[in-house]
Amino acid sequence: MAKSTPLQSKKQRPARRSKLASIALITIGLLATGGAYALFTTSATADTTAGSEQLISQGSKLFAANCATCHGMNLEGTKAGPSLLGVGAASVEFQVSTGRMPLAQSGPQAQEKPSQFTTEQTKALYTFVASKAPGPGIPDKTYLGGNGNAAKGAELFRINCAMCHNVAGAGGALTQGKYAPALTGVTAQHIYEAMVTGPQNMPVFNDKNISPTDKANIITYLKYLDQNPSPGGFDLGNLGPVSEGLFLWIFGLGTIIGVTVWLTAKAN
Amino acid sequence: MSSATQERATAPARRSGGFTGAAANYIDERTSISGLVKELGRKIFPDHWSFMLGEVALYSFVVIILTGTFLTFFFQASMAEVTYDGSYLPLKGIDMSAAMNSTLHISFDIRGGLLMRQVHHWAALLFIASIGLHMLRIFFTGAFRKPRELNWFIGFVLFILALGEGFTGYSLPDDLLSGNGLRIIDGLIKGLPIVGTWISYLLFGGEFPGTAIVGRLYTLHILLLPAILVAALGAHMVLLIINKHTQFAGPGKTNDNVVGVPIMPVFAAKAGGFFFIVFGVIVLIASLFTINPIWTYGPYDPSPVSAGTQPDWYIGFADGALRLVPSDWGFMIGPWTFSLNIIAPVLVLVVFIALVAFYPFIEAWITGDKREHHIADRPRNAPTRTAIGAAGVTFYAVLWGAASSDLVATHFKLSIEGVIVTLQYTLILGPIVAYLVTKRICLGLQKKDREIALHGYESGRIVRLPGGEYIEVHEQLTDYERWRLVSFDSYAPLMVRPNARGRITAAQRTRAALSNWFFEDRIAPVTATELHHSHGPEAIHGSAEPAAAELEK
Repeated sequence: MAKSTPLQSKKQRPARRSKLASIALITIGLLATGGAYALFTTSATADTTAGSEQLISQGSKLFAANCATCHGMNLEGTKAGPSLLGVGAASVEFQVSTGRMPLAQSGPQAQEKPSQFTTEQTKALYTFVASKAPGPGIPDKTYLGGNGNAAKGAELFRINCAMCHNVAGAGGALTQGKYAPALTGVTAQHIYEAMVTGPQNMPVFNDKNISPTDKANIITYLKYLDQNPSPGGFDLGNLGPVSEGLFLWIFGLGTIIGVTVWLTAKAN
Repeated sequence: MSSATQERATAPARRSGGFTGAAANYIDERTSISGLVKELGRKIFPDHWSFMLGEVALYSFVVIILTGTFLTFFFQASMAEVTYDGSYLPLKGIDMSAAMNSTLHISFDIRGGLLMRQVHHWAALLFIASIGLHMLRIFFTGAFRKPRELNWFIGFVLFILALGEGFTGYSLPDDLLSGNGLRIIDGLIKGLPIVGTWISYLLFGGEFPGTAIVGRLYTLHILLLPAILVAALGAHMVLLIINKHTQFAGPGKTNDNVVGVPIMPVFAAKAGGFFFIVFGVIVLIASLFTINPIWTYGPYDPSPVSAGTQPDWYIGFADGALRLVPSDWGFMIGPWTFSLNIIAPVLVLVVFIALVAFYPFIEAWITGDKREHHIADRPRNAPTRTAIGAAGVTFYAVLWGAASSDLVATHFKLSIEGVIVTLQYTLILGPIVAYLVTKRICLGLQKKDREIALHGYESGRIVRLPGGEYIEVHEQLTDYERWRLVSFDSYAPLMVRPNARGRITAAQRTRAALSNWFFEDRIAPVTATELHHSHGPEAIHGSAEPAAAELEK
């Protein structure tokens, strides 16, 4: 806009504004955003610069040893794995600390398994990856407390998440052997990170799409489900009518048939 | 049940009189009910566990009516929009229909409401499951043959009504799951060519979901369907009494009698106790296990669909058919779209259900058997029927399993496409394999029965004869045991015969061909002569009677 408006006005009414005006505007804009960015990034890492550099070098070594085969020495990606430039710390933290990365084997999608790295090593890895290119960072703790509006979160969850993850977060099937995992017992931080980075087949729900407050509401709802067992008794895996029907046929009708056999048994 | 109370009232009257006697007398003088009570009280019911499955259905129906009545006191069948303000936190402040709101109110704010809801729903699942099992028992024992064909058909109508009751009930709370279910029905209806859209608008009172459907389904669910169901149930019971109960063959059990216990007092006591056991089992399940957690499904909203959205088990076969049909089937004629991916499964299901409904008449026509049958077949003694049944069960089971294709995929770590394609093949090939295998198994079992009847069973005792020869001693059956093995009818394929005008009609040929298919492979029952030859004259002494009785027919 800043560029095109002076151009148009130049055609219609030349010399109303100085030719340098647009250049000056751009310069000011760039300086302001760049300056602000520099200010924020430096302020965030100012006191830990030394530690952070150490982390980055440790992360770089870990990366070279564990990740570079597929993601390339410079995070540029290979045929076996995507580029990690710009994925952000959130993505790395999610993938590594849930054990999805490094992959145990190739398959339809990365499986959750015990993490291969300590918290410190994970931190080194995501700091290293984030240092190469900016991306979604580790979520702010204020959104992870589970103290949002559960009703709002439940509604958002039903609209945005339930078609893959099931209304109760019990998980569901996707195409070609892929699946949406169950969300029971997943930490608030991982839920948030998954929403902002869209791991595996999950779409990205950025802050324009679902605001951080609403993300906190969704987390609140999921935590509510985790902490409050079903009011109706055992939930049979929250799988809906299939597990109910199976239970009825096997245990309900099974018991009843046992009783009929008992009732009609001949006395010995 | 009412006859049981009456009987209890009249019984002591004969002995001592007193108030009970006077009261019974008073009633009898005005209603002449003692004749009916006497008649019913002496009705005989044979004892076999599989004969009690229909009772399970009856008792769960009673439970459904009791709990359903409770629910009607609090349920509001309205789609007026209200804001939830009840006890369940994650729905507070959410807009929903009055139906959903009142169902949540029943679940969380009415004392005992959640238990009643769960008892109602679990009992409904058990109701239809026990009807299904009861039908299978009738089918595989041939208890639908003359004179019970009509009662089979009434029972079939009851089954369909139960499905209707189930589906309308499932849709009432207006939660996300039930709304999705209705949407599928709406899609099914709209998929029918030309009339579909009109019917859909008629049903929903406009574009789906509208504001009328819950009220309409409610009328069906609590008034129309139960009324027809109770009437059909009455007819079913009356015919059961008129036709008498079937029984398995056994010593003293013939086609002309019923051996068992009379209703009064033994059977009534057993049945009464059984009612409370069924009730108890349902309440136990309902108090321990969640069913239909509408609070997690949330109110219906046309945009969200949850993963793992399934109908209740009894509609599963229809859902499975929709999942298995190739989704790109269809064509257009002029302005009309013919969605074969909807029409084909609907047709297949209608044909399947019609075959179930009319099977007794079809089999009677094929076999040309016009006799009355009161002895239940052992499934092995009707190999073709049993094989047809097994094929039907397989077909149904594959459709049923297909309704949970997504859960099969996630829980067994398979790809959903792989599951669907496998089930598509199984749907076609499974019934054929089941038919062939079942028929062979039946024939094999019959051969074994025949062998045992003629030569006894292997005792495991090896004896060395003086000449050095080893033989295994075969133990002979007692006459009681042998009876079961030898008393069944033998059929032969119908001969193609010209009719009165000397012509062999196409129908006649078809019938002969079908009859040939039915009875081509058969193992004849052991005859008296065969028994005589295998055991010698003294062995036949007791067993001649059952075999001879068979021959007389």
